[in-house]
Amino acid sequence: MADSKWLIFLGCSVPYRVSSYEISSRKVLAKLGVELVEMPEFSCCGLPFDPVSHETMLILAARNLALAERQGLNILTLCPGCAGALRKVNRMLKADKTLQQEINSHLKEAGLEFKGTSETKHLLQFLKEDVGVEKIKASVTRPLTTLKVAEHNGCHILRPKEYAGYDDPEDPQTLKILIEATGATCLDYFDETECCGAPCVGVNDKVALQLARDKLNHLKMVDTQALITICPSCHVMYDTNQLRIEKAFGETYGIPVLHYPQLLGLAMGMSAEELAFGELRVNPQKITQQIKPLT
Amino acid sequence: MIRAYEIDPKFKYELQKIPGGEKILKCFQCGTCTSDCPVARFSDSYRPRTLLHMAHLGLKDRVLSSDTLWLCAACFKCTDRCPQDVEVADVIRVLRNLAAEKGYIPQVFKDQARTLVETGCAFRIPDLRIKKRESQGLPPLPKGNPKSVKRTLKDVKFFEHLQKSAGENLNGRQ
Ligand code: SF4
Ligand code: SF4
Repeated sequence: MADSKWLIFLGCSVPYRVSSYEISSRKVLAKLGVELVEMPEFSCCGLPFDPVSHETMLILAARNLALAERQGLNILTLCPGCAGALRKVNRMLKADKTLQQEINSHLKEAGLEFKGTSETKHLLQFLKEDVGVEKIKASVTRPLTTLKVAEHNGCHILRPKEYAGYDDPEDPQTLKILIEATGATCLDYFDETECCGAPCVGVNDKVALQLARDKLNHLKMVDTQALITICPSCHVMYDTNQLRIEKAFGETYGIPVLHYPQLLGLAMGMSAEELAFGELRVNPQKITQQIKPLT
Repeated sequence: MIRAYEIDPKFKYELQKIPGGEKILKCFQCGTCTSDCPVARFSDSYRPRTLLHMAHLGLKDRVLSSDTLWLCAACFKCTDRCPQDVEVADVIRVLRNLAAEKGYIPQVFKDQARTLVETGCAFRIPDLRIKKRESQGLPPLPKGNPKSVKRTLKDVKFFEHLQKSAGENLNGRQ
């Protein structure tokens, strides 16, 4: 997968509510010389439908993979859920020809066919394996040495291990290494790999918010200046919902939540404005006031 | 209390035949899944071990109609940590899929299904967002193709069930 051209698969969540993630990702990837091709006619990756219909999940994921295969390109996603679904279905269908035929009989209705020739990676895996930590370090012109931040990987980038499989789900390192590449310190804290609660929203909001609150409590204990995420849904739970959680539970956090490419972009010398810091709900001042203009 | 007539002794074998449910009989009820489950920590009723136990016992209707079934966050902690290699999260997904076939479908999934067949996405991306992209320096959002999505889904049971329960045409058949 050494190609420098990648199909960007936005999925539903990113364009729906976290444009700051998309803006900062595109800026950072352009600076690293990665050429992105927009993915025409993409649909939902399928994951949100797995609980009610596994078959729907398989068909939607396979349809997207078939579209990518037509273009002869591999897929890059910003959402770990999308990456997880596309990677899993790609492997499942390649390993089971009967299932592949069955799913292809559905795709045929839309003139598509899954062959299994496109791979999918999430931004984090892509940065680690295809760009490489050394190149990322070399792109840093303004090391963020005064920043102390914490990471949140979220579930789908790590689990189930059998399909996610490139990092240790119990003690993940990739995001930490990439954060440290910017010059920032990455803090350890209690229960780092815990779920953000997003999938419970709409089914039981109380449980969802309690899960997010638990993490914010753990982060507060280590006095982090920001939380760094790589998932649109996790970001919504900690950033968009932080005020709601503070109100509901009588807490104060004020923990800015940045997308990893926002942090990297700062280290590459980009301005907070360019990286869409203005879209964040929790005031990111704690971070931005430490960023000195480049001389 | 469990009543004998509630029990379907063949339910576990039914589950065993569905992809994802194959290893259900290996569960020895250790409770690792429940003790590591993030949802169980905050919910008084959600316990993955209990759901598996109910399935083993054959309390089919009870487990499929249970509201708590829908609380699983699909975080896959249980799957990664089960000492017996039961794909716990997948077993729960299998149970939910069966529940959905019986018409037990939480509203959020119904809403998403409707949005899917109308737009190709699980969420309806507001026009304002789509318009704003240009001023944000983002390329236009590629156009979806809901017709093509619908065609691929036209023989999927879930959409037929949904249609029946809603009395609406969701799967694109006239
Ligand atoms: S962890 Fe595995 S063996 Fe233990 S109760 Fe849960 S499913 Fe059963
Ligand atoms: S996948 Fe579901 S049952 Fe398993 S640990 Fe996560 S929330 Fe609990």
